[in-house]
Amino acid sequence: MHADAQRLTLGRVALYALLVLFALYYLTPLYVVLTTSLKPMDEVRAGNLIALPQTWTIEAWHRAWNGACIGVDCNGLRPYFWNSVRMVVPSVLISTFIGALNGYVLAHWRFRGSEILFTALLVGCFIPFQVVLLPMARLLGIFGLANTTAGLIFVHVVYGLAFTTLFFRNFYISVPEELIKAARVDGAGFFLIFRKVVLPLSGPIFVVCIIWQFTQIWNDFLFGVAFNGGQQAPITVALNNLVNTSTGVKEYNVDMAAAVIAALPTLFVYIVAGRYFVRGLTAGAVKG
Amino acid sequence: MSAVASAIPPRSLRGLADEWLPRIVLSPTLAMSLVFVYGFIVWTAYLSLTESRMMPSFDFAGLAQYARLFDNERWWTSAKNLGIFGSLFIGISVVLGLLIAILLDQKIRTEGALRAIYLYPMALSFIVTGTAWKWILNPGLGLEKLVRDWGYPNFTFDWLVNSNLSIYTVVIAGVWQSSGFVMALFLAGLRGVDEEIIKAAQVDGASLPRIYWKIVIPSLRPVFFSVLLILSHIAIKSFDLVMALTAGGPGNASDVPAIFMYQFSFNRGQLGLGAAAAMMMLMTIVAVLVPLMYLETRSARSAR
Repeated sequence: MHADAQRLTLGRVALYALLVLFALYYLTPLYVVLTTSLKPMDEVRAGNLIALPQTWTIEAWHRAWNGACIGVDCNGLRPYFWNSVRMVVPSVLISTFIGALNGYVLAHWRFRGSEILFTALLVGCFIPFQVVLLPMARLLGIFGLANTTAGLIFVHVVYGLAFTTLFFRNFYISVPEELIKAARVDGAGFFLIFRKVVLPLSGPIFVVCIIWQFTQIWNDFLFGVAFNGGQQAPITVALNNLVNTSTGVKEYNVDMAAAVIAALPTLFVYIVAGRYFVRGLTAGAVKG
Repeated sequence: MSAVASAIPPRSLRGLADEWLPRIVLSPTLAMSLVFVYGFIVWTAYLSLTESRMMPSFDFAGLAQYARLFDNERWWTSAKNLGIFGSLFIGISVVLGLLIAILLDQKIRTEGALRAIYLYPMALSFIVTGTAWKWILNPGLGLEKLVRDWGYPNFTFDWLVNSNLSIYTVVIAGVWQSSGFVMALFLAGLRGVDEEIIKAAQVDGASLPRIYWKIVIPSLRPVFFSVLLILSHIAIKSFDLVMALTAGGPGNASDVPAIFMYQFSFNRGQLGLGAAAAMMMLMTIVAVLVPLMYLETRSARSAR
C-alpha cells in the first residue's frame, strides 16, 4: 500500500506477529481435536488439553468409525457416513442441474414476468426453515418418506433450488447475449444452445455451485434431525447423538475422532478447491 | 434482452418450442416454490392460529397460541438469549473480521496461506464446531484444567455449565466459526478501495490509522450491510451450534428461539405453539433483513 511497506520495520514485525497470533486462534481448536483423538482415554483424563499424545493411538478413530454407540446401536459412525453420502450426491446433482437450466432461462430466455418470478424464488434463500418444518414433516409422513434418505434428498433439492438458480442466473447474465443470438440465427433451439454454447462456458460456476451445495447439505443438521433421526440419519445427527448421550463413560477421544470424521469431506473440498469455495460463499451470501 | 425472444416470430414448431420451453423448464421450480415455500408458510401461519397440540387440528383459536407463547417464560429466555448472542456474535465478528482484513491488506507475503487458515472453520458443520468447543470448554478436563495445571489452582472457567454464562460459550464458538468469513468479505471490499486516494491522503500527511478510520472504513458501507445481513441471518436461525454445544442447557438457560420451536413442535407435541414460535422467527428475520436490504441496495447504488 505504501512504498516502505516491504522494509522490515518494527511495525512490520508486530504486524506479522499479530497475524500469526490470529492464525493460532483459528488453528488451536483443530490441533486440540486432533491430538485428543489420538490419545488413549487415561491420557485424556490425566494430561492437559494441549499436550501432545505420549502414546499415539488410532484406537479412538476405530471406535468412532466402527464401534461407538449411537442410540442403541454400537456400529460407530460408518453407516451414517454412508447415509450422508447417499443423501448428498443425488441432492447436489439434481439441484445443481435444475438450477443451471433455471439460470439459463432467467438470464437469456426472459419472458413477461420472469424477473418477478425470479425475485419471488429468491425469498426461498431468506426464510428461516423452521417456518416450513411442520408442514414438511406432515407431508413426508403422508408419503411414507419420513426417516428415509429419499425424503431428505427431496427436501434438500426443494430448498436448494433458490440458491442454485441464483448462482447460475448471476453467472449466465455475464455470458454475452450476442452468442445466444448468433446461435438462434443459425437455427439452434433452446436445448441445443444450452448444450453447445452455454454449457461449455459453465465449468467454474458448476464447481462453485456443487461445492456450495455439497457443503450446505453435508453440514445440515436441522432437516436431518427433524425428518430423519432414525437408522438413515445423516452423519451430523449421528455425531450429535454420540456426543450428547449421557449414558456410560464419556470417551472424549472418540467424540473428537467422530467430529473429525464428520468434518473430513467438507474440509477436503475446502483444501482442494478453496478458491471456488470462497467464491461460492461470497456470491451466495452477499445475495442470500 | 427479452428483445431476442420477440425478434424471431414463433411461426415454426421451433419458434413455438422456443416460446414455451423456457416457461416449461422453469415451472417445476416455481411450483415447488409456490407450494413448499409460500404454501408452507401459509400452512404454518394457519397452524399457529389453531388449537393444534399433538395432531394438527383445524379449530380456529385466534391468537391464543401467541398469547400462550408470550406467557411462556422459556420463550422469553430464548428471546433474550437471541438478543445477547446476536449482538455479541455480530459485534465481535465484525470487529475481528475487519481488523484481520485490514492487517492482511498490508501486502503480506504469506497472505494466501493465512487467509486459508482464517477461513477454514466456515467449511465445518456447526455440529462439529460445537463438539470441538464443548470439549475445549469442558470444566473438568478442558481449558480450566489446563490453566490450573499451569499453576493457577483457583482459575475457574465453567461457563458451559453455568446457567448465567452458558449462552456466552455459544458466542465464543460462533465467532470462531464465522469471523474468518467476515474477514474474507471485508478483504474483498478493501481490494476495491482506490489506492490513489490513500496515497494522496498520505502525501497530505495523514497517518495510516487515520486514513483507515476516515476514508477506507466509511467507503466499505455496502460491505457492512452485507455482513450484517448475513450474520443476523445466521444468528436468528442458529440451532445446530447451540444443540451441539449446550443443547439449550443447563436446564434451558441457553435456549434460543430455534431450539424452542424444535422442542415444542417435535418433542413436546405442541404444534400450535411451535408454529407460533416459527412465525415469530420469520417475522424477526423480515424485520431485520428488509431494512438492511433496503439500506444495502441504496448505499451500493450511491457508491457507484
